[in-house]
Amino acid sequence: MCMTCGCGNSTENNVLIARPGKVNPEELSLMPEQKHDHEHPHHHHHDHPHTKTVVEMEQDILQSNNLTAERNRGFFEAKNILALNLVSSPGSGKTSFLEKTLHDLKDEIPFSVIEGDQQTFNDARRIESQGIPVVQINTGQGCHLDSDMVHRALKKLNPPEKAVVMIENVGNLVCPALFDLGENSRIVLISVTEGDDKPIKYPDMFQSADICIINKIDLLPYVNFDMEKAKDYAKRVNHHLKFFEISATTGEGMDAWYDWLRKERT
Amino acid sequence: MHELSIVMSIVDTVEKERGKQQADAVESIELDIGMISGVEMDAFYFAWDAGVSKTILENTKLKINRPPAKAKCTACGHSFAATSSFDACPECGNPFCDIISGKELRIKRMIVIKN
Repeated sequence: MCMTCGCGNSTENNVLIARPGKVNPEELSLMPEQKHDHEHPHHHHHDHPHTKTVVEMEQDILQSNNLTAERNRGFFEAKNILALNLVSSPGSGKTSFLEKTLHDLKDEIPFSVIEGDQQTFNDARRIESQGIPVVQINTGQGCHLDSDMVHRALKKLNPPEKAVVMIENVGNLVCPALFDLGENSRIVLISVTEGDDKPIKYPDMFQSADICIINKIDLLPYVNFDMEKAKDYAKRVNHHLKFFEISATTGEGMDAWYDWLRKERT
Repeated sequence: MHELSIVMSIVDTVEKERGKQQADAVESIELDIGMISGVEMDAFYFAWDAGVSKTILENTKLKINRPPAKAKCTACGHSFAATSSFDACPECGNPFCDIISGKELRIKRMIVIKN
């Protein structure tokens, strides 16, 4: 769906999915003119009566996203891949957390990465500099990844058997909550430089997550962040959440997260 | 602004169904959007006007039901009307409750016209 003009036929035109360094210049000449080639019903004026039919739909509004997400999930399952969807507000340290994890475990685990941002290949370049296969999705005006973008990115990425696919969503604590990508687990990051009431300010994201990672704990002495309060708020929203307190900068607390990751792969 | 994605998803679904029904127009559509579904209604109406323009839904009457939020206590099993996704149980005070309704995001029915 097009998020620029609201026309419903232009996902392909509006979103850029590519490996860093392999951007087709034609693709980069951004956003071709939207084509409005919807079919419009003709309004004839006949004499015969028009018939009305009630169609009982009972259909999930996000059904098409959910179907593609299930397709992605099937792909992951068939290849024994563990797929993780990383969500947070901008600046919580998703990319740093990812870089640290890749750096420490890349000799042990085959990683593949999908990076989601509105613009730039910066994050994909950071990941690629570690020698990890990565595809960048630029959503343009879009505020979240959807399952179709991930589906198309997976085709370019072609992750190997038993890989761990890390999907870094667009930095946004609201919109990505509703969009299943087909991941095995959803990981929400917050950092101690944010308010400890984030979980109840943005409950949808915390409710839809499986794991909550609290980052930048090396800064705890300098900020007014109550760890227990934050976890209590998060548990009120979703009492199934599992927590890891970490610092992607110093590496503190990362071992517990690595143990979880190893266990999930088996 | 994921509301626009939601509107476009509705347009796509309705277009497909209209084709199946071989209908010419959609007179009305009825949606269930739960009170804690994560959809902001002001943003939704804004996105609706923009999103349905020049589509099959341009002149369609829109009816929206708002199923209320209900939660069930994981300790005492009490079901209650919730105001958010993190209400404590009013019976026993337990803060850990499961949401049992209010997250609906559904196209309930539509009335199509065949010429």
